[in-house]
Amino acid sequence: MTEFTPDESRPNALARAWDSDIAYSFRRSPLAIIAAVVSLIIILAAVFAPWIAPHDPFNPATLNLMDGFTPPMEPNAFTGNVYWLGTDNQGRDVFSTILFGARISLFVGFMAVLFAMVLGITLGLIAGYRGGWVDSLLMRVADVQLTFPSILLALLIFGVARGFIPPAYREAMAIWVLIVAIGLAEWVQYARVVRGATMVEKNKEYVQAARVIGAHPAKILLRHILPNVMGPVLVIATIGLALAIIAEATLSFLGVGVPPTQPSLGTLIRIGQGFLFSGEWWILLFPSITLLALALSVNLLGDWLRDALNPRLR
Amino acid sequence: MRVKSILRSSRTGLLAGVAATALVASGIAATAETIRWARVGDALTMDPHSQNEGPTHTLNHHIYETLVGRADDGSLTPRLATEWGISDDDETVWVFTIREGVKFHDGSEMTVEDVVFSLDRARTPPSGMAALHAAVEEVTAVDDTTVHVRMAGPAPLYVQNLTNTFIMSKAWAEANGVETSPNFAAGEEAYSVRNTNGTGPYMLVERDPEVRTVLQVFADHWDDAPAVSEIIYTPISEAATRVAALLSGEVDIVQDVPVQDIARLEQTQGIRVVRGPENRNIFFSYDMVSESLASSNAEGNPFASPEVREAMSLAIDRNAIQQVVMRGESQPSAAPLPPFVNGWTEEMHAFGDPDLARAGELMAEGGYPNGFSVQLDCPNDRYLNDEAICQALVGMLARININVDLNAQTRSLHFPLIENWETDFYMLGWGVPTFDSQYVFDFLVHSREGSYGAFNGARYSNPELDAKIESLATMTDLEARDAVIAEIWDQVMEDRIFLNVHNQVLAYAMRDGINLDVHPENQPRMTTVTFD
Amino acid sequence: MIAFILRRLVQSVIVMLAVALVSFALFRFVGDPIASMVGQEVTLAERAEIREALGLNDPFIVQFWNFIARAATGDFGISYRLQQPVMELILSRLPATLELALVSGILAFAFGVGFGVYTALRRGSWVSGTIMTVSLIGVSLPTFLIGVLLIWVFAVELQWLPSFGRGETVYIGNWWRTGLLTESGRASLILPAITLGLYQMTLIMRLVRAEMLEVLRTDYIKFARARGLSNRAVHFGHALKNTLVPVITITGLQMGSIIAFSIITETVFQWPGVGALFIRSVQFVDVPVMAAYLMLIALVFVVINLIVDLLYYAVDPRLRVDRANAKS
Repeated sequence: MTEFTPDESRPNALARAWDSDIAYSFRRSPLAIIAAVVSLIIILAAVFAPWIAPHDPFNPATLNLMDGFTPPMEPNAFTGNVYWLGTDNQGRDVFSTILFGARISLFVGFMAVLFAMVLGITLGLIAGYRGGWVDSLLMRVADVQLTFPSILLALLIFGVARGFIPPAYREAMAIWVLIVAIGLAEWVQYARVVRGATMVEKNKEYVQAARVIGAHPAKILLRHILPNVMGPVLVIATIGLALAIIAEATLSFLGVGVPPTQPSLGTLIRIGQGFLFSGEWWILLFPSITLLALALSVNLLGDWLRDALNPRLR
Repeated sequence: MRVKSILRSSRTGLLAGVAATALVASGIAATAETIRWARVGDALTMDPHSQNEGPTHTLNHHIYETLVGRADDGSLTPRLATEWGISDDDETVWVFTIREGVKFHDGSEMTVEDVVFSLDRARTPPSGMAALHAAVEEVTAVDDTTVHVRMAGPAPLYVQNLTNTFIMSKAWAEANGVETSPNFAAGEEAYSVRNTNGTGPYMLVERDPEVRTVLQVFADHWDDAPAVSEIIYTPISEAATRVAALLSGEVDIVQDVPVQDIARLEQTQGIRVVRGPENRNIFFSYDMVSESLASSNAEGNPFASPEVREAMSLAIDRNAIQQVVMRGESQPSAAPLPPFVNGWTEEMHAFGDPDLARAGELMAEGGYPNGFSVQLDCPNDRYLNDEAICQALVGMLARININVDLNAQTRSLHFPLIENWETDFYMLGWGVPTFDSQYVFDFLVHSREGSYGAFNGARYSNPELDAKIESLATMTDLEARDAVIAEIWDQVMEDRIFLNVHNQVLAYAMRDGINLDVHPENQPRMTTVTFD
Repeated sequence: MIAFILRRLVQSVIVMLAVALVSFALFRFVGDPIASMVGQEVTLAERAEIREALGLNDPFIVQFWNFIARAATGDFGISYRLQQPVMELILSRLPATLELALVSGILAFAFGVGFGVYTALRRGSWVSGTIMTVSLIGVSLPTFLIGVLLIWVFAVELQWLPSFGRGETVYIGNWWRTGLLTESGRASLILPAITLGLYQMTLIMRLVRAEMLEVLRTDYIKFARARGLSNRAVHFGHALKNTLVPVITITGLQMGSIIAFSIITETVFQWPGVGALFIRSVQFVDVPVMAAYLMLIALVFVVINLIVDLLYYAVDPRLRVDRANAKS
């Protein structure tokens, strides 16, 4: 990456990327393009929420309770304010809250995937490279982890964290606890893939050669072995992102998760489902559609990536 | 919009569906006398004295009976006792005349011995009812119809504590090894947890905890036969599912109706909703005493400042909470006690409009012109819309620069915070089963010592007030006693120990053709059901 | 062989102990059981007494030892909340969960394999694309929302199916209460089974498709075609058969997630199984029930892992060589 000079290589790299098999397959798959566009729109909208959203739903001082339950595109009975997608039970603009909520959901999702990925790849590399009892132990732990219900694990982690974190910091820490809880439940898949590939690669001649020269194992692992497994890891990570976002929503239904004053998409849906029979359909419908669109398109991208990266299917 | 039109058309489908009486799904068609009744949680046990808990009492009131009953207006009514009063000779003795000709479900006659046995069982630990009978010294049967209860001192209101203390058969208890109420630590199930032998209007036929409980009418009951001959009781914990079960005709009566669904259910053909005030008020309170607050960035303890407390009372908009969060289904009030309760006054209840300008001035006068931050602890599964009320308060306090972090969690995590003094600022709801202010003072106002002040999370301590509270227990001159109660309330209101929000309103939803009134303690009786 | 089994058994016991230890350590953070056990009138002193009587003040290791010692004899104590023996409580709820898991598993497997094979054989057709996309909805919405929406449509609007519970149940033998033998019981099972099975179906379908695509490329399938076997015989006789072994294995290992999601499904549908029991127990800090439930889960996955290992051992001779080498 640092070997070539950027000014010369960039057009080349771009051109090369455009001509690559992956890009070709992408251009030929309308579903993948739509999915990519939809996820990109949602991700960008979430990232730039503070500039796009007409209101700041996370600032309680700007909320007027009397704005609550305003239907979409209709003036509120008390205040006369009109909101594009209506307001929720606290007078929060649903559109703005969705943008800010997607921000939280995506943040939790990305960080959880990152956490699981780093943990899984590290342990997978170690297990595959070292072998022996280290490998046996790690894979045994992975077996246990794989069969243990992930939601249950997250619930338990949340319980522990509550015990350790002093009350004053609990609200601020809730999101990080969530990330660890969800991430911890998903590292095994990365570890398995990376371990398998490492075991195959480590006996190849170029790795043996590097070892003979006296290259540090860490360097061998990172420079030579890791790039070979990035394909499958990317597939797992993409699907893992969708999984993590849904897991966050599920946990919020069980009463653990981010505080209701700073809701994620999942928390919004949990709140909204209370209004399914009462007539305020917009509080449930719009966050649900956003979550569905996001998770569905990320999943579709994962599906497409899996096929595209599988050389035998081309 | 397309989405909207779909929903609108489905709405008419819903109406048509509910109107149809035939049930494809459940397979159990409701006869005129069977009531299928759902609420959020189940009774914890069928043992009559083990748990002092609402849903447990509610179910047990159908199977067992108490000496005195509580009418919907809060007044006492005769039940297994036909008369009661303080003895003319000794003001520490309560005299009860026991009803004759009452039979237990197993056919045996109820005697005064059973009454003595039951009152003794109820006041002996590990009974959950013991605290209500702490002042009792001795219970004796004087003759075949009279029972004397001797108290440690004068106890003019003791009879108010008896509305949930059930009478059971001594012989049955002894035969089944349940002479005392079940002990958690014993490690085995007591017979009385799933078996009953009461004198009540219904007999327990089937008991599958948290799934299904079936009661059948008791033919030999001393009172008139109720209109409902069979009760099928099914707890449904999810609010949406509970409402769905009523809409789809799978249950007849739903307790614990979510406030947002009330208006819609009322408009639904074939369903009616009744509502009434509950004996429970919802308030916030704060640590007024500690040097500083654990969760706050403020210098010192802002809640110790009377100006800050007044500012908070000016910032809260009770009417907005009632209109939006509670959908009109609450009684906004500044009085930290429900209106049924002896000691309530119109004056305590009244509150003005929020005044943010004045509140801002007070914050400055109190020494916090730039506000402060603090954590608010809140339950999210205990009171009607508890979490949403707390959220609304966060917004209102933000206007006077009080930056509130909301920590909303399940009840088993929330309440220990108050009991252990680990919260700076919290929500609490309080019901007053004795219908007298003393109950509020004992638990919420008196300094924490012995059996007093268990829920005094404000850490409030006023020796003068403590003495007055203690004197209430033994005052027999009720007029003088009411005067002391008024004095205590004056001080409590002046010190603003409580930031009261409202009194809860209960709603029961049911099939058309069923009539059931709201019970102030949320303990509806199926004996009172009538059919059109 | 016997040594291998013994070693695995010892490992399983260690895993069980570890789960017990971890879950037990967590319980102290879940909340205070006393607060939900007693009414608001009970004094602080009385609360302290109950705490002492329940042994909650004992040192952690003493509590843990007492728990293990009693659990080893099958005695998990008595539920704080429902005052019934925990073992009896869990056994009475287990049939409901197992029936739900079984039916949703069968649904997921049948549809998953069917759709998987179809989408593999007709790769690129628009029907396959639609199936692939639509099936993703099952993993793109939280389970609780899917459940609530199904109730809304099929119970409230259409009134075809019940919204909650198990319907009428009958006993098979002494304690197995089944809803499968009554009409209302079967009707009650449909919505929860769909809710629970949707996620698994999507997973199985993708697995079958991927495996099928792999197998279809292998030489021996090409040979089979070359031998002039019909498409049908090739696809189902050879390809699918080879696909199913890994699919069944992974499905078995996925039991954990079925159990986890049954917590949600049972809560939404008021299904009287162990998952709903567990969640209520968490709310009320009913430690004996929580502990027993987690031990049950641990037991389930230890047994599944054991079976999978033994199957591998029986099927794959290379493993035996590996083990032998590893030992020496």
